[in-house]
Amino acid sequence: METIGIWIAALLTLGIFSFLYKDNPFYKFCESLFVGISAGYWFVTTFWQVFMPKLADNLVAGRLYYIIGGVFGVLMLLRLFPKIGWLSRWSLALVVGTTAGLYFTRYLVSNGMIQVQNTIIPLYVKGNLSQTIGNLVIVIGTFSGLIYFFFSKEHKGAFGGLAKLGIWFLMLSFGASFGYTVMSRMSLLIGRMDFLLGTWLGLIR
Amino acid sequence: MLDRFRVVGQEKKQMIRFSFIFLFTLLLFSSATGQEATLPPSPPTDVIAKDTPNDAGGSITITWKKSPDDIGAVREENKVKGYEILRSTESGGEYEVLGKTTAGAETYFDSHAKNGVLYYYKVRALGMQSFSESLPATPAKAKAQWLDWRRKYTFLLALILALSIVYFINQAKSGKQLFIRKIAGLEAVEEAVGRATEMGRKIFYIPGISDMDSMQTIAAVTILGQVAKKTAEYEAKLEVPTSRSLVMVSCRETIKEAYSNAGRPDLYNEDMVYYLTDDQFGYTAAVDGLFVREKPAAVFLQGQFYAESLILAETGNYVGAIQIAGTAQPAQLPFFVAACDYTLIGEELFAASAYLSRDPKLLGSLKGQDVGKFIFLFFIIVGSLFITFGIYDLSFLFR
Repeated sequence: METIGIWIAALLTLGIFSFLYKDNPFYKFCESLFVGISAGYWFVTTFWQVFMPKLADNLVAGRLYYIIGGVFGVLMLLRLFPKIGWLSRWSLALVVGTTAGLYFTRYLVSNGMIQVQNTIIPLYVKGNLSQTIGNLVIVIGTFSGLIYFFFSKEHKGAFGGLAKLGIWFLMLSFGASFGYTVMSRMSLLIGRMDFLLGTWLGLIR
Repeated sequence: MLDRFRVVGQEKKQMIRFSFIFLFTLLLFSSATGQEATLPPSPPTDVIAKDTPNDAGGSITITWKKSPDDIGAVREENKVKGYEILRSTESGGEYEVLGKTTAGAETYFDSHAKNGVLYYYKVRALGMQSFSESLPATPAKAKAQWLDWRRKYTFLLALILALSIVYFINQAKSGKQLFIRKIAGLEAVEEAVGRATEMGRKIFYIPGISDMDSMQTIAAVTILGQVAKKTAEYEAKLEVPTSRSLVMVSCRETIKEAYSNAGRPDLYNEDMVYYLTDDQFGYTAAVDGLFVREKPAAVFLQGQFYAESLILAETGNYVGAIQIAGTAQPAQLPFFVAACDYTLIGEELFAASAYLSRDPKLLGSLKGQDVGKFIFLFFIIVGSLFITFGIYDLSFLFR
């Protein structure tokens, strides 16, 4: 049984890899299988990990106020009936509005205040050249980066120069991040090759 | 001779008596020392119990002055090895052990207190073999507070931001022209839609793989509204494959409204937006297949992306589509920058809908956010200079 599983996994892996050559029926089959199975899998997962524990179990336990969430869920399904389909907008409005409201202070603190707090650092550390340089890079990089994302002023003159410096800092960090991620993707490819050449074909041990 | 023997015998007796007395004294001394080893450590003092401030209730803070026999004590024999916190609901009633702390501690949070119930606390210093208890503290009740004063600066900043946004929205509504700098990626939206129209090919809009509880997805759906308006005006073919059912519904609503606003509700078709799968790579495989088979003229990758970002962008590039990407995911931005024609970086994604629509509410919001950025810029420079010259540490304002 395990051998059959390995063969199916190996053939499906090759099917997906065949896309590197060009689109072909083998890839189309693998793609459809993947999409179909994963959609079904996610439906079952959502049912057992969201619907049952978060709604059904609570209602059975007598926590009737959970019916409010259930009603909003049912409103979403009313889209199936064109005449009253507009009611589904209430659920959407609740989700979008709640998300925006909840994240307002959260993002203000995590993406704004904490960043500023960690950027208020000495520009000169006596007797420690490397830390001085590091601190200067942090302060100048953050400052010029923020200037780049300032939308109320044209990027011209000294302001434009600072914005350009900011984008240089961003591109440098993107370059570093690119290299780092490519290496981690290589390890994924190595993992797949290890499966094909080792587990499947037994060519490497 | 006999006298001499008598004298020697008396000396021996005296010696034996002296030895007994010495041994007895030694025994007494050693038993006294042993008794001192079993003495309990001195108890902690000044035990205070009070409601934990700035919380939602259910917690009482107990503080005390540590025992003189705690860390750093001179006497090693009865050194404190920790404290036990005792709690009772009656004065003089039976106390139960609530929890333990290590030696040196002077605070304990009782996070199992019921709001409105009066609790009595004692602190017990634990020695090697014995213990001693403090006097009971004045009883305390837990209660919820309306405000968390530790967040006062966050509140102040949020208030300034909110007021700035309201102010700028009113300015925009009153007809005042609010300036927003050029954003290159967004200037290209019209070019991309026009190209697709001329070529008679589709435009694919990919709103990321997150649900509607992500701000980036909400921004992506808002931008979709503006892109859809353009496709309606140009009569271009738009297609939106989604990986979340709620996103699919939101995109349908947005496109329907955009087509109506553009005066072309007849061009709207529900099948423009469809669901593929929630699975990250299942969705990616399907979208890649669509790109290769449909060969779209333009691809919009807007929203929250993860490891699939490069796979999608690379395939879009391979089929020769003009690609406009946008995300606030720092780890994925490098891939979009490398493989797409235009990339909206971070904050630009959130500014895009205001830029494209020129809607007073969105413009006001964008200008209000700039006020926040100005405050941050000011404090970064002033704060860093102050701390460098040892004047004052302003970082507490952002805690």
